[in-house]
Amino acid sequence: MNIAVDSDAPLLSLEQRKRARNVGFSLVFLGLVSAFLLAGRPGNAGFKLVDTYTVFLPAQPFARALAVALVALGAIQLFRGFGKWTNVVLAIATGTFVIAFLTWAASGGSFSLTGMLQDTVTRSVPITLGAIAGILCERSGIINIAIEGQLLGGAFAGAVVGSLYGPWAGLLGAIAMGVGLSAILAVFAIRFRVDQVIVGFAINFFSLGLTSFLAQRVLTPHPEYNIVRPFTPYAVPLLSKIPVIGVVLFTQTLFVYVSIIAVVVSTWFLYRTRWGLRTRAIGEYPQAAGTLGVDVIKLRYRNVWIAGAVAGLGGAWWPLGTVGRFDQNITNGRGFIALAAVIFGRWHPVGALTAALVFGLSEAIQLKMSNLDTGIPSEFLLMAPYIVTLIVVAGFVGRSRAPKAAGQAYDASK
Amino acid sequence: MKLELRGITKRFPGVVANDNVNLTLNTGEVLSLIGENGAGKSTLMSVLYGMYKPDEGDILLDGSPKVFTSPADAIAAGIGMVHQHFMLVPVFTVAENVVLGVEPTGALGKLHIDEARRMVREISDKYSLDLDPDAVIEDLPVGVQQRVEIVKVLLRDAKVVVFDEPTAVLTPSEIIEFFEIVKTLVSAGRGVVFITHKLKEALNIADRIAVLRRGKVVGEVDPKTATESQIAEMMVGRPVQLIVNKNSASAGDVVLKVTDLTVLDADGRKHVENVSFEVRAGEIVGVAGVQGNGQTELVEALTGLRKATGGTITLDGKDLTHSNPRERHQMGMAHIPEDRQRQGLVGGLSVAENLVLTRYHDDQFSHGVVVDWDAANAIADTLISEYDIRTPSKETGVGTLSGGNQQKVIVARELSRDLRLTIAAQPTRGVDVGSIEYIHSRIVKERDAGTAVLIVSTELEEVMALSDRLLVMYRGRVVAELDPKKSTPMEVGLYMAGSRPDSAVNA
Ligand SMILES: Nc1ncnc2c1ncn2[C@@H]1O[C@H](COP(=O)(O)OP(=O)(O)O)[C@@H](O)[C@H]1O
Ligand SMILES: [Mg+2]
Repeated sequence: MNIAVDSDAPLLSLEQRKRARNVGFSLVFLGLVSAFLLAGRPGNAGFKLVDTYTVFLPAQPFARALAVALVALGAIQLFRGFGKWTNVVLAIATGTFVIAFLTWAASGGSFSLTGMLQDTVTRSVPITLGAIAGILCERSGIINIAIEGQLLGGAFAGAVVGSLYGPWAGLLGAIAMGVGLSAILAVFAIRFRVDQVIVGFAINFFSLGLTSFLAQRVLTPHPEYNIVRPFTPYAVPLLSKIPVIGVVLFTQTLFVYVSIIAVVVSTWFLYRTRWGLRTRAIGEYPQAAGTLGVDVIKLRYRNVWIAGAVAGLGGAWWPLGTVGRFDQNITNGRGFIALAAVIFGRWHPVGALTAALVFGLSEAIQLKMSNLDTGIPSEFLLMAPYIVTLIVVAGFVGRSRAPKAAGQAYDASK
Repeated sequence: MKLELRGITKRFPGVVANDNVNLTLNTGEVLSLIGENGAGKSTLMSVLYGMYKPDEGDILLDGSPKVFTSPADAIAAGIGMVHQHFMLVPVFTVAENVVLGVEPTGALGKLHIDEARRMVREISDKYSLDLDPDAVIEDLPVGVQQRVEIVKVLLRDAKVVVFDEPTAVLTPSEIIEFFEIVKTLVSAGRGVVFITHKLKEALNIADRIAVLRRGKVVGEVDPKTATESQIAEMMVGRPVQLIVNKNSASAGDVVLKVTDLTVLDADGRKHVENVSFEVRAGEIVGVAGVQGNGQTELVEALTGLRKATGGTITLDGKDLTHSNPRERHQMGMAHIPEDRQRQGLVGGLSVAENLVLTRYHDDQFSHGVVVDWDAANAIADTLISEYDIRTPSKETGVGTLSGGNQQKVIVARELSRDLRLTIAAQPTRGVDVGSIEYIHSRIVKERDAGTAVLIVSTELEEVMALSDRLLVMYRGRVVAELDPKKSTPMEVGLYMAGSRPDSAVNA
């Protein structure tokens, strides 16, 4: 289409102006929070990096300085705007704000920052894998709302098969369960052309109902089916010796390594291979691929199955990467967070990983805070990660475009 | 390669789209397939391309029967197709689109994108198509997109190339370039099927013309001896009048005044930029332009379907820049939208319901919150007979009518009241020749009754024939105001392509 695109046009669209304003108000809001809440506690906060080294930050001066900076930045954004630097400014500002928050919470004491970051990475695993499952589907034109159900099914199968035949078999069981659940999505969405969102929801309810039922009726009376030895962290030789990073990234369970590999591999395949080209084509404009002889239906089936396998693996993280057992609704909405990560990550695996880490961080902070005894009501702590999320959405996500054909059944004769 | 279609029949629920069709295409010739919208041209070609399985009939290549169960089979047999709606992934580059399906790859299916670029460049140079392999499709003008489609076909070494209404989206000068490409293809020994509903083009380029009407081949004519009116009569089944009958306009007061109108979309892209013009009572102002140059957004801003980012719109001196569509409607504005399925009609509702869609809330048709269906049905009956809407009954779902009759429903609803301004976008798109005649005469009648009329159409002949004044839009701006009686289509076409006639001698 012939549209005149003028990058330094004086006029901004309503949407852009609204977004720029939201970012400005967010910055001012964070500044006010710093000034009135975070600057209220004297004392130093200690962040332990390694056993022998702890950084101390003075909580009150830090929060005050930040408050001034944030309000100033917000004002500049509102009156002038940072243009293309908006995201950078916002990222630095929210990052610093998180540090100030931690400083406030830990003032007068200290806690292990490295441990918290390690926890962040661990907790991002099921979100990352779930998001990759979502990306694989949506990139091929199938909306996958069923990530939650697939994670939950994977967790259940991982626990039961793992208890019976060991953790490696548990992994396979979880993958098989993920594929099985995704096959339902595939058949209904691709073959019967049922509304994909509705099928997805049905799978979520089905998976929740079935696993809860089996957990009560089978696992409660037979606890021997629900006790599995989780994978232990594996320290990568040499790399794990690097201070801080060694602990955060290279002293982790198999799941962390697998999800990093999954991000790299899926990115490479999506953007560098024939499979990726065709997958992106059938997600954007399947008729274009179909009229060139690409078998759209077959490729969609295959991708939905692969996605199911990845999600099943993500589900195995609960029994095999953490607690060693299955509980009712153990995933507790992480599949929906993964769906959000797909969107924040703009349908790109690296973007999804970044989003997953943000969510992982907010979970880790929340957990840390409830141990630190900060005096904040626990309800507020549960809320805090979502406030961060809202700011992220208002600021970073702006324009993002889903694959055009996502959600539409393919009919070769149209 | 000689291609024969023998006795092809293809039925859809309720329609026989192709009825025992026989056609032959010889090596190195251009066969033009001509017929009205809905005659079955695209369906026939989809059968040839393996997208539909024919209910009856055979496809023969060099005398031996072939069965195509998918486009892949047809491609393998040497058939290439440029579809009416381009089959290009908008976010991909030219090279990515061209190699899709036949990608040069290495280990693990790694894409050799450099090889793909090289292939595009090679073909592009050989046929002087001037394509940049790294350009992204959505940034390219349609004329260039079409050349990408041609490269796709050539890369797969098609012996028979089908073009489905290729000229519909092109400017006059692009059409001339396109015909040059067709000639090159033919002289290289390929056969070309050229589908169109424009008589002049078929006469210009074809070696033979086959006329399709209601799924049947009604005859074949020789372009050297046939005339336009003869072919038109074959297409429609009765003699038709090809020119618009109208007297010169007697323009009155300014009704619509647009000043510095600018329209941006949510992404900040400029679709309409500083557009100013007037339409006076009793005159038809036409807006010409290649599709996608801001006409859609202009009309949406004028009718209140889209917010104007800057500028003002006044009707009879009253500012309505920020009025909603109903307010504009009540001020005497009629709107015949370009997409009747999405904007003009509610497909699932009946003809009668659609006819009162803009005024069911008037006192005439309602008691409080209850619609007075007797009054509504009475007016529907009147309109159906007055506007010659061919429908089984007024209760029939409007979506099941033919394009021409759907359009008449809209015209009837919009024009059957006292108006100050009529805005018609693509008023005859997808409408049969018989209905086109009728709709044109209605619009002229409206003008003669003293209404200001704004016609937006990408069919250059149509706007030139109807308008008293002609504006040309290019990239969101009005780049020319012309007197249609004193301009040639070629001249207007150059403005449509963004060049000025005097400065572009060899465009
Ligand atoms: N997929 C389909 N399902 C049902 N009817 C169709 C379909 N495609 C085309 N038709 C009908 O078949 C007839 C021929 O359509 P088409 O081949 O598109 O005509 P043309 O290309 O000549 O304008 C029309 O009446 C149209 O409504
Ligand atoms: Mg057609």
